Amino acid sequence: MPRLLVLLLLLLAPLQARGQEAFEALLPGLAGGFAQQAQTVERLGTLGDPRAAAVLRALSDGRLLKRPDGTLLLRDGERVTEFPGGAAADAAGAEPVRINNRVRAALRGALGRLSLLSPDAAERMAAAEAVFRSRAAENIPLLEAALARESVAAIRARMELALAASRLAAGQDDAKRAAISALGASSSTEARAVLLEARAGNPALGAEIEAAVAAIDRRLEIRRAAETLFQGLSLGSVLLLAALGLAVTFGVMGVINMAHGEFVMLGAYTTFVMQEALRDIPALAPWSLPLAVPAAFLVAAACGAAMERGLIRHLYGRPLETLLLTFGVGMMIQQAVRLGFGAQNREVTSPPWMQGTLELPFGVMVTQNRLWILVFSLVVLLLTVAAIRLTRFGLEMRAVTQNRRIASAMGIRTGRVDALTFAFGSGIAGIAGVALSQIDNVSPNLGTSYIIDSFMVVVFGGVGSLAGTLVGAMTLGVVNKVLEPYAGVVLAKVFVLVAIMLFIQRRPRGLFALKGRAAEQ
Amino acid sequence: MSATLADPADSRARLGFRAGLAGAVLLLAALPALNTLPADHALHVSDFIVSVTGKWICYAILALSLDLAWGYAGILSLGHGAFFALGGYAMGMHLMRLIGPRGAYGHPVLPDFMVFLGYTDLPWFWRGFEHFPYAMLMVLLVPGALALVVGFLAFRSRITGVYLSILTQAMTYALMLAFFRNDMGFGGNNGFTDFKELLGMPLGTPGARAALFYASLIALVASFLVCSALTRTKYGRVLTAIRDAESRARFLGYDTTRHKLFAFVLSAMLAGLAGALYVPQVGIINPGEFSPGNSIEAVIWVAVGGRGTLVGAVLGAFSVNALKTWLTSAAPDLWLFVLGGLFVAVTLLLPRGLIGLFGGRRKGRDA
Repeated sequence: MPRLLVLLLLLLAPLQARGQEAFEALLPGLAGGFAQQAQTVERLGTLGDPRAAAVLRALSDGRLLKRPDGTLLLRDGERVTEFPGGAAADAAGAEPVRINNRVRAALRGALGRLSLLSPDAAERMAAAEAVFRSRAAENIPLLEAALARESVAAIRARMELALAASRLAAGQDDAKRAAISALGASSSTEARAVLLEARAGNPALGAEIEAAVAAIDRRLEIRRAAETLFQGLSLGSVLLLAALGLAVTFGVMGVINMAHGEFVMLGAYTTFVMQEALRDIPALAPWSLPLAVPAAFLVAAACGAAMERGLIRHLYGRPLETLLLTFGVGMMIQQAVRLGFGAQNREVTSPPWMQGTLELPFGVMVTQNRLWILVFSLVVLLLTVAAIRLTRFGLEMRAVTQNRRIASAMGIRTGRVDALTFAFGSGIAGIAGVALSQIDNVSPNLGTSYIIDSFMVVVFGGVGSLAGTLVGAMTLGVVNKVLEPYAGVVLAKVFVLVAIMLFIQRRPRGLFALKGRAAEQ
Repeated sequence: MSATLADPADSRARLGFRAGLAGAVLLLAALPALNTLPADHALHVSDFIVSVTGKWICYAILALSLDLAWGYAGILSLGHGAFFALGGYAMGMHLMRLIGPRGAYGHPVLPDFMVFLGYTDLPWFWRGFEHFPYAMLMVLLVPGALALVVGFLAFRSRITGVYLSILTQAMTYALMLAFFRNDMGFGGNNGFTDFKELLGMPLGTPGARAALFYASLIALVASFLVCSALTRTKYGRVLTAIRDAESRARFLGYDTTRHKLFAFVLSAMLAGLAGALYVPQVGIINPGEFSPGNSIEAVIWVAVGGRGTLVGAVLGAFSVNALKTWLTSAAPDLWLFVLGGLFVAVTLLLPRGLIGLFGGRRKGRDA
């Protein structure tokens, strides 16, 4: 065993040593004439020695000094060290190594290639990107070396593409074939462009290239469909959140609340206030968004309860008056917020775990915050259903909705249930505001843009049915996003509105119509 | 019913009421005349008063049309601003065509915004708008046709109450989004402006202002007379019956759909007329007129004045707008609180509006 180890070391040592020797042997070239400098830079760039990046960067920044005897010094701010070696040195008598444009160009290329080996992942990604775009044969060995050490999957994928593209640009036919199938296995539009570009130069490989392009196209198609679906579901989840509270107040109670959008807006502002209030408490600051959920619920629910007890209660059975009254209240809330917080948008930052994008198979990109909101909206839906189905309050609420007088006779305090139900629906609106603050501008008229869509969702899904609200919101979201590429954002919206009007012709009570006695009201 | 009509006290009150109305109309009619008096005369009325009153008269016609739909047919339209804006756009198209080669780009036919957007010839729906009678026809027909389609679809499937309100709000919202688009051929978010003349009168002169003022006043009086005559016919009585108990009216054999549809279309045409008179007075029309907030504001005029009375609608339009004009210059931040407060106060405390305060009697239930 030890003998084997020794043998291995013996085998490896010269390799290592040769690399080092080559590196050190090349260094004096950096202090030579411009032509020699450029050549040296090129060779250092392909050597793959990690120290090369430091010295080349110093050269490019003018921080590389040379003594009259030809030894090199690295200046880093005030500190000057010998290179290679790293011992502190005195800069007296040394002068910066000068370079010209030709050397500068060589440096750019070499540094770009060398950053393939950089310890910084973002830098490696950028380098892979750059190499992919340049597609030069001399990059192949370096790319192979970099690939062998790379551990981040996304960067690996990028490097493999770059390698394939480089091989396709300059290689034997076999290597080209392998490269084509590697490119064809990706789902990148750039790979597709590279293949199309190579088609002219490689008539013999035409069939392979065609097949690879077709494969990419198929995958891009799937990706586009998946992304549209996700965007649609994401819009649907926003609509669901905004409409869920309405489904309770309008759908279950039959009270139309035009100030619903303002409750959503209040929720978003509560998120902003929580963020500002917790900013200076390091232990709580990262949790301001989760903490804003109950806070927004309470704020909006309190406003809702006050509005129901103070105003709406007097207008039961007169829906049109309720509509006007709540519209007026909404107007006042909006103006109060505008005066209190200013008319401009307020910044609510997303916590780190909600930022960035997630890459799914086929290169489908999904923004984290929208994914969270989608999940969040479903959780809120489930909690709402649970509250209505499983709790004492939900039971009383259903009893009052179905038959107010009998419920009252059974000892249920109907007035209290009305107030709680309205507060509950308003609170859900507040929660919607927390979610919306992550993707929309927090401004006083945040709610206005959602109110009409939310009513459409409730009417389309069927008044009084939470399942209808879910299906209605998701359908409207997906239909909107599917139409958008063809018709544009505005026309898609107009089209959906017209479609709902026509749909109501066929099914005036919505998708999930209540059947039996409840429908007669 | 007939007994109350024959009541001498009632007929005296009616006479006094009519005299009051006539006096109010005469007072309004005197404004442009007083404007021509020298500026230091005690009775001189400023240009501002005349132009702002001219606007209010157009609002009053809009309120009247809304009262016909809401107060008599029970259709709370939250989209009447759309009919108003469509009438305004039809008039705006006529005014744009009259600019002719005097635009900034000097194109002989195309309005400036079309030259700017790279149009080479006039879109088909712009043809004919250079003729005043055709444009006036469109002022009535376009809102009327929209109301016919929306009303037919809605009333046929018995969409009533708040559903109908939200539907009409969605209608004006959708139109607003559509008119904001540049490729609609209506000038995008800038709309139409820089009008030069109407029927040979250069706009913006005192003469044109007075002429438009009188035209609006005549339109208001005529609309009022038509509406009040209509509501006193058998048709009007059936309409009120539908408002108060639609199913009962239907079971009695009345075609409620057709009755409501007629009222809605007529109302939309009146709103279009109001918009057409409004645009040359303010000199601009843009998609902002479609915003749902405008329609809701019109509803509050009617509610404040007292709905189902016609006079109340006109009174409401004048009083709320007077308040708005005063407040938006005196305390702009307060205006939205006051407007919102009006919604709350009127629905909770004054369900019959200002007219109710004066003890005007109204028969029938609240809709």
